[in-house]
Amino acid sequence: MKQEKIDKVPAWLDFTQSATGLILALFIMGHILFEASILVSNELMYKVTLMFEGYYFFGETYPGIVSFLAAAIFILFIVHAALALRKFPSSYQQYKIIREHTTRMQHEDSSLWMIQVITGFMMFFIGSVHLYIMMSQPSNIGPYASSHRVVAEFMGPLYFMLLLAVISHAFIGLYRLALKWGFMEGKHPEISRAKFKLLMKAMIAVYIIVGLSSLGKYTYIGLTHDFSDGVKYKSQTIHMENH
Amino acid sequence: MSEEKSPRTLKIDVLRYDPNDKNDFPHIERFEVLEADGMTLYIVLNEIREHLDNSLMFDFVCRAGICGSCSMLVNGRPTLACSTLTSKLDAHITLAPLPLFKLIKDLSIYTGEWMRYLNEHLETWIHAKEEVLNFDKLEERMDPALADEIYELDRCVECGCCVAGCGTIQMKPSFVGAVGLNKVARYHLDPRDKRSDEEYYELIGDENGVFGCMTLLGCEDVCPKDLPLQSKIAYLRRMMMKTALKN
Ligand code: HEM
Ligand code: SF4
Ligand code: SF4
Ligand code: FES
Repeated sequence: MKQEKIDKVPAWLDFTQSATGLILALFIMGHILFEASILVSNELMYKVTLMFEGYYFFGETYPGIVSFLAAAIFILFIVHAALALRKFPSSYQQYKIIREHTTRMQHEDSSLWMIQVITGFMMFFIGSVHLYIMMSQPSNIGPYASSHRVVAEFMGPLYFMLLLAVISHAFIGLYRLALKWGFMEGKHPEISRAKFKLLMKAMIAVYIIVGLSSLGKYTYIGLTHDFSDGVKYKSQTIHMENH
Repeated sequence: MSEEKSPRTLKIDVLRYDPNDKNDFPHIERFEVLEADGMTLYIVLNEIREHLDNSLMFDFVCRAGICGSCSMLVNGRPTLACSTLTSKLDAHITLAPLPLFKLIKDLSIYTGEWMRYLNEHLETWIHAKEEVLNFDKLEERMDPALADEIYELDRCVECGCCVAGCGTIQMKPSFVGAVGLNKVARYHLDPRDKRSDEEYYELIGDENGVFGCMTLLGCEDVCPKDLPLQSKIAYLRRMMMKTALKN
């Protein structure tokens, strides 16, 4: 039997695109919830920040940890975007074809894919800005510092767009991921598909509500707090000498 | 029968074009047909040809959803005209030929050429790999559940609806499409086919094959034979990934 060497790269590209998408989506699910700690109290949000800076593990804060995490996410983000780029319509003609196709078909899943392409494209720019700031200024995260960034540093509108883009992209992506690899397909794939689709829509709604509420709270703090003595938060329970 | 409603007048917009006529250009022509009980688009089109315009071209053979000749875009979605009841549709219906295939005229397209190329390219037949054919040998027994599964996939009538419903293949015509992937899955499942995993990978383990599918699921949702295209494409994707892992 002739046994040529097969080219494994296409399989790995597809797998890596899915794997990076999955990790990013799981990350976002956690991220939005951690951000939402501001809805409970400034104190809790501060503690979450301290946790990510390693305070509860080392008794000391290392904002470098946040830089490192942001860099790791940035790398996944770049790899994922590079791989997803293969799927983009690559000429006006291709764009026109897919546009006409989705309009004509009135087919939900095809339209969802268009949303993924558009939100993915948006994130090239707005996602990169956010990630770079988190990498370069990791110590400026906290109830007041973040609120200051949202209002006085005009990050609010960018966060608003990023939130809508990333949430819809991530959950549509997870839905597609499950169907693409046949995850938990069961005996009746059409039933599990309908369930996944419902779950996807519910998660998009919940996460957008939670995300918008937190963004509202940061905006409120940013507008009402007196920043005359800096953006550092003074905790009532945790006192750090060199902080 | 006094409560019987008066029948609807169907407004049928047909996209017409004869590529062999130098003076012709694609245009929409409207026909009005009185709806009858249990009317299908096959009956509508015959009414038009018989009473309104005998130059209208469209394909039919079986009238029963078996031959796959009558596929067309009905209100933008690919389906079989002979199994589409007008009572399920609005009174205003648009008909157009399937995109991507060679247009013969009006609603008539040449799917045969495309499908033949696909079948030759994917070698959609059993590769028994016997040195000498022995006609006296009994065929190996097959588990009934597996036979059913294979039979299910063999129900494809090559109508081309999944091709017309797939955004990926419209953008990138070198993609094999769901009809091709379904056939590969069918032979991959068949124990009589002795092709190795690597040989299958050579066929579809690239971006023109299973890794090019973007899971838009147009194919799954328009296939008039309700073939399990989504789960079979996922199956192939897993199989091809496995093959890549063990090499
Ligand atoms: C510049 C940034 C990004 C771009 C350009 C992008 C683009 C895309 C595109 C076009 C797809 C569809 C791929 C296909 O049809 O096969 C996709 C899939 C996906 N994306 Fe993104 N994306 C980006 C960022 C993200 C982020 C931040 C997340 C997570 C929150 C994410 C999660 C996913 C998931 C889970 C999938 C499904 C994976 C798959 O189909 O294999 N993406 N992305
Ligand atoms: S898979 Fe379904 S839609 Fe595609 S050609 Fe076969 S019968 Fe038609
Ligand atoms: S799932 Fe989508 S991309 Fe894949 S073959 Fe079907 S319609 Fe085409
Ligand atoms: S005429 Fe045979 S499938 Fe419609």
